[in-house]
Amino acid sequence: MSERTSNRIFDIVNITCVTLFVLFCLAPFLHVIAVSLSSNRAITSGEVTIFPIEVNWNAYINVFSDNAMIRSLIFTIILTVATTLLCMIFTIAAAYPLTNTKLKGRKFFMYLIIITMFFSGGIIPEYLLIRDLKMIDSVWSLILPGLVSPFNLIILISFFNNIPPSLEESAEIDGSSHFRTLMSIILPLSMPVMATLALFYAVGRWNGFQDSLMYINNPDLYPLQLKLFQMVQNNMVSELTQMEGANRTALTPESLKAATVIFATVPILAVYPWLQKYFVSGVMLGAVKG
Amino acid sequence: MSKASYFRRYWQLYALLSLPIIYFLIFRYGPMYGVQIAFKDFNLFQGIGGSEWIGFDAFREVFGMREFYSTLRNTFMLNFLDLLVSFPAPIILAIMLYEIKSVWFKKISQTILYIPHFISWVIIGGIVYQLFGNQSGMVNEVLQGLGLSPIPFLTEKNPWLITYLFTGVWQSAGWGTILYLAALTGVNRELFEAAEVDGATRLKKIRYITLPSIKPTIVTLLILNLGKMVSIGFDRPYIIGNTAVREYSDVLSTFVYRIGLESGQYTLATVVGLFQAVVGLVFILGSNYISKKVTGNGII
Repeated sequence: MSERTSNRIFDIVNITCVTLFVLFCLAPFLHVIAVSLSSNRAITSGEVTIFPIEVNWNAYINVFSDNAMIRSLIFTIILTVATTLLCMIFTIAAAYPLTNTKLKGRKFFMYLIIITMFFSGGIIPEYLLIRDLKMIDSVWSLILPGLVSPFNLIILISFFNNIPPSLEESAEIDGSSHFRTLMSIILPLSMPVMATLALFYAVGRWNGFQDSLMYINNPDLYPLQLKLFQMVQNNMVSELTQMEGANRTALTPESLKAATVIFATVPILAVYPWLQKYFVSGVMLGAVKG
Repeated sequence: MSKASYFRRYWQLYALLSLPIIYFLIFRYGPMYGVQIAFKDFNLFQGIGGSEWIGFDAFREVFGMREFYSTLRNTFMLNFLDLLVSFPAPIILAIMLYEIKSVWFKKISQTILYIPHFISWVIIGGIVYQLFGNQSGMVNEVLQGLGLSPIPFLTEKNPWLITYLFTGVWQSAGWGTILYLAALTGVNRELFEAAEVDGATRLKKIRYITLPSIKPTIVTLLILNLGKMVSIGFDRPYIIGNTAVREYSDVLSTFVYRIGLESGQYTLATVVGLFQAVVGLVFILGSNYISKKVTGNGII
């Protein structure tokens, strides 16, 4: 076998394997999309795999006409935007001063922050704190506890450290205040890393579940994930009781659950490809040095 | 520089820094103050400070609980099996991606492979149910269509374990390639050319050039992963798990949630949480130390 043919075989096998892996990642989504678009008859008779059968939009029409669902969606969007903004402000407010080597107490503050990456009080003391701060059933319980992620902060500090110090120095000579240097020199130069961190915070908030499970009892303040969880858990319970012969009349139809899953996924899928090229380098920055 | 002029020059930085520092003191250090209830007979009405000290009584009680040991065992078991299955996947995938020459194909593949990382466990739970449910799950429908008997993926221990591990690979394999691909960008291309002149096949090049060049990354990540053996996220076992498979799916984090917030045994739950935090700290510092010794790379 010549070198060329063996190269060719290698490429074919390799590309096939990668394609299979890609399909393996994609297939579950395709199935859920197919279920969300198929008729109930086709779903219950088990005909739906990755192509929708007897296509209809009823499930989506149902989701969009469910007021509670729409309210939850709007709430989650506002919550995500507000959380992301606050997180970014707080992370920048920590990163910029900590980049300045002339700042007294810098090491101390760094340790103060890094220690929290390795040791935490645990969920019960956290819960009691939120309770004592009277934030149960308040949006603040979903925003404040996660304002600064030390991991994201380290990414930002390493990025700021790579900006040539001469830029800042010359601004200082020109009489620029620290605030001004930050706003008009540092931030404009850091847009890629800002986009990355904003994505991480936004995805974290959008996907966040445990905190809402713990702190939110008022259905008006249910984020999408908690609503979705209740639908899924409903499923699990039926899986278990079904074996004991219970009926499942009260259950949400499969297509509706599928449509809700898609509904909660689309916003992320819509933003993330645009930011991909940034976050790849962002992750590397964070991984290289901690 | 005098104190006054130093402050005049840097007050803005301190003003900025005060925001996050206040946050850390309240929301990260605040709970650490609450840890003392592990040593107290915690009473909601008397609060953290007012409850009575009981020393190590709660620890004795926890260490006498059978459930504590089964959740501890499950935590190790799930993490260990996960490491076994999920750790090699991104390495293989990264090498395969690295060998692809077509830029557009590589880009599209990567974009799709990263997606599962951004999907919440709640949504994955929904997808898992649609795929593996006993009654209407797609996989079982297909199995039955082929004349095979359905597999109770979600309701029996061993099949559930496979479902749990499988979702882990699905969620993390693509994202895990990022670091390996980053390590591979640093490889000197001339090495490959030289190997080609010597008549090395593609597989030989992978074995003698590609793999050794990501070996430090592999070793570092492996050691750091070993350091996370006792810390286990809450969402995945809680959402993928259910009462039928609790014997396997109940881990330290779900146990803390269950006895603490569902049954209101705050003291016992705090003890378990503290145990997990301390053992976790020992593991992570230990693995970091080993990582630094072995590879020169660590996280701190």
